[in-house]
Amino acid sequence: MAMTATGVHHRSYTSELRLRATRAEYVRLALMGVLLVVVPFVLDNYWMSIANTILIAIIGAVGLNILVGYTGQISLGQGGFLAVGAYTSVILSDRMGLPTPLAIALAVVMTAVVGTFFGLPGLRLKGLYLAIATLASQQIIEFLIRRDYGDFLTGGLGYINVERLGFLGFQVGGRDVFERQWYVILAVLAVLSVVAARNIFRTGLGRSFMAVRDQDIAAEAIGVNLTRAKLTAFAVSSGFVGLAGALTAHYSEVVSWEKFTLEVSILYLAMIIVGGLGSIAGAVYGAIFMTLLPVVIRNVANALESVVPFLGSQLPAVQNATFGLVIILFLIIEPRGLNRLWERIKEYFRFWPFRY
Amino acid sequence: MLTRAYQHSLNGSSRPEGLPLLEVDDISLRFGGVKALTNVSFTVTQGHVHAIIGPNGAGKSSLLNCISGIYHPQEGQIRLHTGGGQDFRGKDVQEGQHLLTQLPSYKVARLGVARSFQNIELFSHLSVLENLMLGRHIHMRHSVLASMLWFGPARKQEIEHRHLVEEVIDLLQLQSYRHKPVGALAYGIQKRVELGRALCIQPALLLLDEPMAGMNAEEKEDMARYILDVHELAGVSVVLIEHDMNVVMDISDRVSVLDFGKLIADGTPDEVKADPAVIEAYLGSDTEDDEVKDAERRMQERTDV
Ligand SMILES: Nc1ncnc2c1ncn2[C@@H]1O[C@H](COP(=O)(O)OP(=O)(O)OP(=O)(O)O)[C@@H](O)[C@H]1O
Ligand SMILES: [Mg+2]
Repeated sequence: MAMTATGVHHRSYTSELRLRATRAEYVRLALMGVLLVVVPFVLDNYWMSIANTILIAIIGAVGLNILVGYTGQISLGQGGFLAVGAYTSVILSDRMGLPTPLAIALAVVMTAVVGTFFGLPGLRLKGLYLAIATLASQQIIEFLIRRDYGDFLTGGLGYINVERLGFLGFQVGGRDVFERQWYVILAVLAVLSVVAARNIFRTGLGRSFMAVRDQDIAAEAIGVNLTRAKLTAFAVSSGFVGLAGALTAHYSEVVSWEKFTLEVSILYLAMIIVGGLGSIAGAVYGAIFMTLLPVVIRNVANALESVVPFLGSQLPAVQNATFGLVIILFLIIEPRGLNRLWERIKEYFRFWPFRY
Repeated sequence: MLTRAYQHSLNGSSRPEGLPLLEVDDISLRFGGVKALTNVSFTVTQGHVHAIIGPNGAGKSSLLNCISGIYHPQEGQIRLHTGGGQDFRGKDVQEGQHLLTQLPSYKVARLGVARSFQNIELFSHLSVLENLMLGRHIHMRHSVLASMLWFGPARKQEIEHRHLVEEVIDLLQLQSYRHKPVGALAYGIQKRVELGRALCIQPALLLLDEPMAGMNAEEKEDMARYILDVHELAGVSVVLIEHDMNVVMDISDRVSVLDFGKLIADGTPDEVKADPAVIEAYLGSDTEDDEVKDAERRMQERTDV
């Protein structure tokens, strides 16, 4: 196998269609694998919980990027779709007694259906107008779960306590192993989601999504059924988001409407913008970055508290302001996101010592 | 001249040479008060290069948009004939006809009517290869689960269709641009990619809207060569809008002339050239002046983009 890209000469389409060609790329993949395996051995429970949050965010961000970054259909309904996944899975598993894996699978289907329904305005609207329409879907879902008519969802409590995850005779354990066991489950699902999403965009289906994004009239003129392509994108994207929602519910063991507000939708949009629109790797970087950022800010502020007491007393405000500042700086420095930054670094080393 | 033997036929029509392929029957198209087309009728014959000419704003692009289902004329019909011969798989196909004026444009495309646009409409963030593979869209199956799995039917299909796409890349000499994003390519190359994407459909009818506009003499010659290759070797029927009269007279079998949305002449290049109405409306008017205006308009268009 060639070490660098200049030595790669594909002899078959099969070899060219592989995602990786050089040894460097395989080494990087192996390193990522090692990192995933090592994490539970070196992090404490606190950081493990953050790692788990990141893994769920990765699934959700990948889903959102399929719709927004790849198909060009902006969506502010992410929070609502997460809620559909969460509530559906919990009600099916805890209340109806279905096995949890089945409940999660059905929650994915349910969210895909709901997402497709709320994607209908996308057939007529584009850009900001579609953003407003999806904002409406967010508000409708949020309103319904908050009001909880007839106490159908939470039985009047306002929230649902979720049973500890168990399936096929396996039961997630107590405090000492809880985060680590969840980590294994979430890491497997996140990797599968990333691979599945990556695969979509190696095939004709994914290309038709990107065609709709780049040039919808030309897409129709080569035979892409716009209605079908857009609704499929909404369905596939919402499926991933539904999975993230269901996992949030079972992992955090409590479901309440506060976890699925418009703020969440915006946070996810920020993830894919900071990470890189129209890139699966970008969604992953963005999810990691946006989940870690508040944690880092909090830790830095706590460390500095003795020197600058204002930081501690005004933590939420400081956190929000820094958060916003970092995003703005980011968009100014590299509007195409973390993924583009990473590609530029790779290019730099590839051509080193030449500038181009 | 082509010497390579290609495995795939690019001609998607199952119509024998010389029979009517496309009938434009008395169509009229209005935009509010603007009459873009008025009672236009003509027939495109299988195996012909059929040129449509006319001054700026005559309604040529509108006519093409009507054929490909992007515009729907208020009156009249456009019929596409299929069958009567063998398709590219060598199967006999029954005669049939389709009313294009009642179909959305993606369904027209699925009948094998492929096109290029006057102001290049490529998928600019995608590579040349991806753009051409999108030309195979109608021939592929798009199952969500198979796509997510990749290994199995999805990969097999990608490789299968890649063979035809590579033949088109070879035919149009796009080898060195294969993995380049089309948005970054030179204008002349983009025009070629657009032709390539249409060819990947294996068109029953190829509609080209000013494929040589904005090119220098050499690029024009190349493009004319590609169109002739496609036509002569693959037998694809072509409807061509073109301003350069030399090119039109050189490569077309038949010419229809539009002026102010009306068909003022229809015949062989020689007949049309001698037609007094055409000389009056098109050639007779101060051509040089027109060309200057045309060039100005084009420069304006290019800077607008
Ligand atoms: N979508 C539209 N809405 C309103 N008017 C239109 C539309 N498309 C075309 N027209 C009008 O129809 C008439 C014919 O335009 P068309 O683009 O078909 O001309 P053309 O022959 O292709 O000209 P050119 O040589 O400049 O490309 C023009 O007056 C144009 O303004
Ligand atoms: Mg035109």
